[in-house]
Amino acid sequence: MDNKFTRESLEKKFRFSEFFSEKLITGIALLSITIIALIFFFVFREAAPGFNRSTDGTRTGLDEISSMSDIAPERYGLPGDSLFYQPSVEQESTETGSGESTVTIGSLTGKKWLPVSGEPRFGLVPLIIGTFKITLIAILFAAPLAIFAALFSSSFAPSWLREIIKPAVELLAGFPSVVIGFFALMVMASVLQQVFGYSTRLNAFVGGIAMALAAIPVIFTITEDALSAVPASYKEASLALGASRWQTAWLVTLPAATPGIFAAVLLGIGRVFGETMIALMATGNAALNSVNPFESVRTLAATIGAEMAEVVFGDAHYRVLFLIGSLLFLFTFSLNAVAEFYIRGRLVKRFMGRTA
Amino acid sequence: MKQKRQIGGGLLVGLSGFSVILILAIMIGILTVIILGGRERISWEFLTSFPENGMMEGGIFPAIIGTALLVILMSMAAVPFGVITAIYLAEYAGEKSVIAQTIRFAVRTLATVPSIIFGLFGLGFFIRFVGAGMDQVFLSGNLKWAQPNLLWASMTMALLTLPVVIVSVEEAIRTVPQELREASLALGATRWQTVKRVVIPGSLSGILTGTILAVSRGAGEVAPILFTGAAYYLANLPGSLSDQFMNLGYHIYILSTQSANVDQTLPIQYATTMVLLLLTFILNLTAVVIRSRFRRGIR
Repeated sequence: MDNKFTRESLEKKFRFSEFFSEKLITGIALLSITIIALIFFFVFREAAPGFNRSTDGTRTGLDEISSMSDIAPERYGLPGDSLFYQPSVEQESTETGSGESTVTIGSLTGKKWLPVSGEPRFGLVPLIIGTFKITLIAILFAAPLAIFAALFSSSFAPSWLREIIKPAVELLAGFPSVVIGFFALMVMASVLQQVFGYSTRLNAFVGGIAMALAAIPVIFTITEDALSAVPASYKEASLALGASRWQTAWLVTLPAATPGIFAAVLLGIGRVFGETMIALMATGNAALNSVNPFESVRTLAATIGAEMAEVVFGDAHYRVLFLIGSLLFLFTFSLNAVAEFYIRGRLVKRFMGRTA
Repeated sequence: MKQKRQIGGGLLVGLSGFSVILILAIMIGILTVIILGGRERISWEFLTSFPENGMMEGGIFPAIIGTALLVILMSMAAVPFGVITAIYLAEYAGEKSVIAQTIRFAVRTLATVPSIIFGLFGLGFFIRFVGAGMDQVFLSGNLKWAQPNLLWASMTMALLTLPVVIVSVEEAIRTVPQELREASLALGATRWQTVKRVVIPGSLSGILTGTILAVSRGAGEVAPILFTGAAYYLANLPGSLSDQFMNLGYHIYILSTQSANVDQTLPIQYATTMVLLLLTFILNLTAVVIRSRFRRGIR
């Protein structure tokens, strides 16, 4: 047997299976980026012809927008105005060649959401108010609860208890939102109505608390990770200086993990913002311009969920629903990007000092 | 001074402990209420018979089958792609590589995109673009694929569950000891052979966990299939990929909010919710147990 190593035998050989598998694996891994790009493209594409964007650069689009903005300051805000919906068929636009009806930007700032009436109105204001209202309520409940629970789990609980708390919260994260929605609709709504005695059974308050249940696991998990990532030397230094365990937890661990907690809350907001089934089932779904937490609300996501099944493909209503989807997507995408920056950038820098 | 310290400490520990208890209590509360509500209606017959009398009576068999078909098709797409992406991230990509960083960002973004957006994407991409294209090319414009169906719903759900698979598989691959890879490479195996014979077998439990978590997620999500394939009521089980299907979560949603007589079907609603909740709960519990086992095995 010849087992001499020659320069030739040690050289890296070209193997087709190696080459092929590596390229294939890389190609498939790039799919996730492709999917994000496709989501961007297709959600926006379906929304695009629905209203005239100034970026179109076409003359008609620009003219219409400038004329709309001339009118807008005088009219909008008046009750019962319907001037901003334009059912006119647009022939010139390149994208709406099939003659679909269009919605102008002005009509989207209206205060009424009446998409299927004789004179449809697509004012997004009540939907946006509703979404922010419910997000605020949900986060006010979820964030303190989840952050305190994470603090307990990471700083006070003995390790055996921690091994129970963390998987238990993961199990809560696994509750389907339709189940939480059903629970809120059937049980929580009645109980809370009896306790607080308000008149509308399904309202922003009920929906917000139900959504808090969906946001708690998100906030808890990321906060817990951030708290656990605080270097032990910080805690040891604090304890060595004579601080008690709770002082260390409250004054050292918690502040050190602030960027992570901030990111956790942002992702919690994103979760609530896009939550559809709970909103559909537990909020009453009335598009009102009200800040009262005990009145019904209709969120952006719920509007898509409730109305998309009944629209005609390609008409103005369909486009506006996709536009709402684009807004939701952009908003959650930015939240995620900011959270990412905070987790990756700040936290790592703070603990490592040098390498980002 | 000392007293103040003790009060503060007691307050903080008490408050944070109370938060944990409250969260766990809510969770157990939901489970209990749903199980108590569904207990009387649930039976073998309920699980294996069709809805009757305009869904006022009968069982949820087609919804169970529809959900099962959905998650099977979804897994067939999401698991291979997820595993391969995880292999790339853990084995092929350099830590600092821009491509890998971008993929990670994309995966995390995918995990935070609201589920309703996947529904919109499924409608805009699969139905209105791919489906319409297929009809145009293969069926000369006859309507078959350009409408909501089982295939498009499964593909939409696969996109949603892809990050779940990627994250758990990558975590598992990283727990395969480096020495095993080095030993394999030292014996003359190539990189791909090492991945195939050492890394993948070593992370099977992670692949299993990822699949279970994805199935549980896919079984419970409703928003992505609202307008990509789920149907109110069907007299027959779906016979092909281009048929619509019934779904447990959608069934709950319809019965509890859209049906004319909500009170009359209340026992059915509770029983259906119980089936869905227990299904996802048991799946998640299994995943948690498997994961804690192999984590302990590493130590």
